[in-house]
Amino acid sequence: MIKVQHISKSYKEVQALKDLSFEVNKGELFGLIGPDGAGKTTLMRILITLLVPDEGSARMAGLDVVNDYKKIRQIVGYMPGRFSLYQDLTVEENLEFFATVFGTTIAENYDLIRDIYVQIEPFKNRLAGKLSGGMKQKLALSCALIHKPEILVLDEPTTGVDAVSRKEFWEMLKKLQKQEITILVSTPYMDEAGLCDRVALMQNGEILAVNSPSGIVAGYERRLVAVRSDNMFGLLHDLRSWDKTSTAYSFGEFIHFTSVSDGVEGAELERYLMEKEHKNLQVKEITPGIEDVFMDLMSGSSESSES
Amino acid sequence: MATAVIKVKDMVKKFGSFVANDHLNFEVYEGEIFGFLGANGAGKTTAMRILCGLSTPTSGDISVGGFDIYTQTEQIKRNIGYMSQKFSLYEDLTISENIRFYGGIYGLPVKLRKEKEQVLLKKFHLEDQKNQLIASLPLGWKQKLSFSIAMLHDPKIIFLDEPTGGVDPVTRRQFWDLIYEAAAAGKTIFVTTHYMDEAEYCNRVSIMAEGKIAALDTPDNLKEQFGAEDMNGVFLKIARKL
Repeated sequence: MIKVQHISKSYKEVQALKDLSFEVNKGELFGLIGPDGAGKTTLMRILITLLVPDEGSARMAGLDVVNDYKKIRQIVGYMPGRFSLYQDLTVEENLEFFATVFGTTIAENYDLIRDIYVQIEPFKNRLAGKLSGGMKQKLALSCALIHKPEILVLDEPTTGVDAVSRKEFWEMLKKLQKQEITILVSTPYMDEAGLCDRVALMQNGEILAVNSPSGIVAGYERRLVAVRSDNMFGLLHDLRSWDKTSTAYSFGEFIHFTSVSDGVEGAELERYLMEKEHKNLQVKEITPGIEDVFMDLMSGSSESSES
Repeated sequence: MATAVIKVKDMVKKFGSFVANDHLNFEVYEGEIFGFLGANGAGKTTAMRILCGLSTPTSGDISVGGFDIYTQTEQIKRNIGYMSQKFSLYEDLTISENIRFYGGIYGLPVKLRKEKEQVLLKKFHLEDQKNQLIASLPLGWKQKLSFSIAMLHDPKIIFLDEPTGGVDPVTRRQFWDLIYEAAAAGKTIFVTTHYMDEAEYCNRVSIMAEGKIAALDTPDNLKEQFGAEDMNGVFLKIARKL
């Protein structure tokens, strides 16, 4: 449904996208996962025909993003990262406006947006600028859907949104997916990768990996150990100063540890930390999460965040 | 017993008939990393603006760094640091210019300003890039620099408003190293975040819901109290009232 082939894009001396290729299947919920500056927005703007790539080509539902841009705009729904509806129109006026622009009516496609729109319908006469963050997000999604697009492109819909609203937003996306809409969504939150069918992990304009969340995790070949003790800050320090440590990163209440060439057994690690007088020590081997894999791939990519 | 550097008693803030902060009570101790969480619209920003001396509460007894929130807001501003993701450094000034500019704003003597500039540039290995525009730095670097600049005037308390949003996972952790370092040096850190793993790194965490503080304790105690496996579970239970 979406086909990206060798896309590159530069802004002056900054290379925003470096030779990207991937495909998104029909009906798939596909995530672009990466921090700010990874190139997610640039890629999306090329796909929705707002930017022209320097090199390479891309197709949306078989249409070329450069030559067929008018047709693509009819079949794509886009929700930009920044709220960009008309603040001085009411909720209902915004929705009507977008329906009219696309030659349809609210009534015609109401089924598609019902679940989302009913939550803001009680406020339909309120100006969009006066809505809370969560309500703006629901209105923006309704407006992006009102012409029944084949492909929905969402640029960081959950950034700056609290954990509860984020969860609800993903539940909405799962429902939309059942209506056979192909969804491309970007997020800087690694934990949201697990909610997608497949993801592309992005960093510095490059794709580090494309796979299903379980496939991404399965590709991690290192031995990962979770450690905790009563003194977490001291623990982090002791692990980092050990010559057998490869990486030691905080992960919530644990520290995730890998050793040099994975040669350290749990018992040896425990002995070392006992010597450092850590109390209530817990050491266990764990399966990695997306964030572990991302950090591992980052360190192996040509440019790390340190550059 | 730890000294309280932020004292909040019965803090109320109303906007018309809307109660944004409904009788908040809490203290933050010296050298503590205090996590201030809550759903969007729960009243966090309102409370934080009051504590920074930018807004006056409707009622309540509040002091920050020993200064009264009604009568001594100028002293408060001089004794706190503030950093947010939305507002940090001037993109069209260089690294050096930003450090000097903020040094000036905070009223540091010229000699001290120059010393601090050298220390900061050295700490982040930015000596060679000091004449580059801030706009050319990766986000993570901006955030780390911005945090250090918020401490130029050696404040006792530092307010961090979602400092790590959108930052890559490695840099996000490096940022927390800086937070720990500041806390170990006796600074009090007051921080908001949407990353629940970061809530675990705080000494104590408060969670706001609908204008009230719904929970306040150490991460371990909160998990026990709400029968949740991690802080995400605690947060969902409180904010969704499960």
